[in-house]
Amino acid sequence: MQASHSTSHQDDPACGDPLVIGSLTLQSRLLLGTSGYPNMQVLLESIATAGTELITVAIRRVNLEDEQEEGFLSTIRSLPVSLLPNTAGCYTAKEAVLVAELAREALETDLIKLEVIGDDETLMPDAEQLLKAASELVMSGFTVLAYSNDDPITCRKLADIGCAAVMPLASPIGSGMGLVNPYNLQLIRELLPTIPLIVDAGIGTASDAALAMELGYDGILLNTAVSKAEHPVQMAAAMRHAVMGGRFAYTAGRIPRRFFAQASSPMQGRVGQ
Amino acid sequence: MNDSTIQINGEAVALPDSAALVDVLRSHGIDPSSARGVAVAVNERIVRRSEWERKTLASGDAVEIVTARQGG
Repeated sequence: MQASHSTSHQDDPACGDPLVIGSLTLQSRLLLGTSGYPNMQVLLESIATAGTELITVAIRRVNLEDEQEEGFLSTIRSLPVSLLPNTAGCYTAKEAVLVAELAREALETDLIKLEVIGDDETLMPDAEQLLKAASELVMSGFTVLAYSNDDPITCRKLADIGCAAVMPLASPIGSGMGLVNPYNLQLIRELLPTIPLIVDAGIGTASDAALAMELGYDGILLNTAVSKAEHPVQMAAAMRHAVMGGRFAYTAGRIPRRFFAQASSPMQGRVGQ
Repeated sequence: MNDSTIQINGEAVALPDSAALVDVLRSHGIDPSSARGVAVAVNERIVRRSEWERKTLASGDAVEIVTARQGG
């Protein structure tokens, strides 16, 4: 596990192009959630295969009936990855701030994936509560990665507040619907050219991740697309390559689209002319 | 000594009045000197590890003991 992870970047030409979030420098631009895998072994193999260096965890009550369950945390702490606790399940700024403080205390990290949702059906952020919580957490010294609507104005406000990264959704959490509004995602990138932008939620398959990276996003955070794939480890590999491919395509600079064809072979010296 | 009722992770528990938080934690296998990855809030306010020893609980207090789990 350790060996396969440490070698995973040696052949990776993205090494000179790290993603910097606060004090964190990541060679991999793929962030992975840890929920919903068939079992712990598949989770560990998916983390290693994805090459991710930042994985998300939830903060939940200790099961006082079963003290054996603490194995999860000690296992993932032995991996060469950083932990990004989330505030999943919080509906108000007050709840989210408390969960963030508990996460900082429990995991000794200032990183927080801030998630303040508005309802159960869409799991979309409540912008008002999100901005309030983001403001309080930034003031308290957290490195805030804010899960946001794909609304350019909310994203800009999150950046202005001092979030370390802004993470608009591609489509609702767990939906696998892909980029339902690439135009908005592009607007957000154009309006916020310097802050790390990560597409969080809605990725269904590799092309979704590649497309988001081609739009100039700095990274992808996904979970269900891998954990619920028929073959999660294989999908983790697909996502790793898609994120790298999309990033290379973005930095390489794509050709402009043309309405008519343009021959790639020279017209001079054709046979019979 | 009077008993008081305290919520621990949503479960009502009868404890002696002015029970020490640290004793409650120890009774659940959480030792302040060795426990990692655990955090505690009482009445929606965080109680830092350094404060576990001297924190006492009163009737009606709600204690939350949390850790990290699989999440997205």
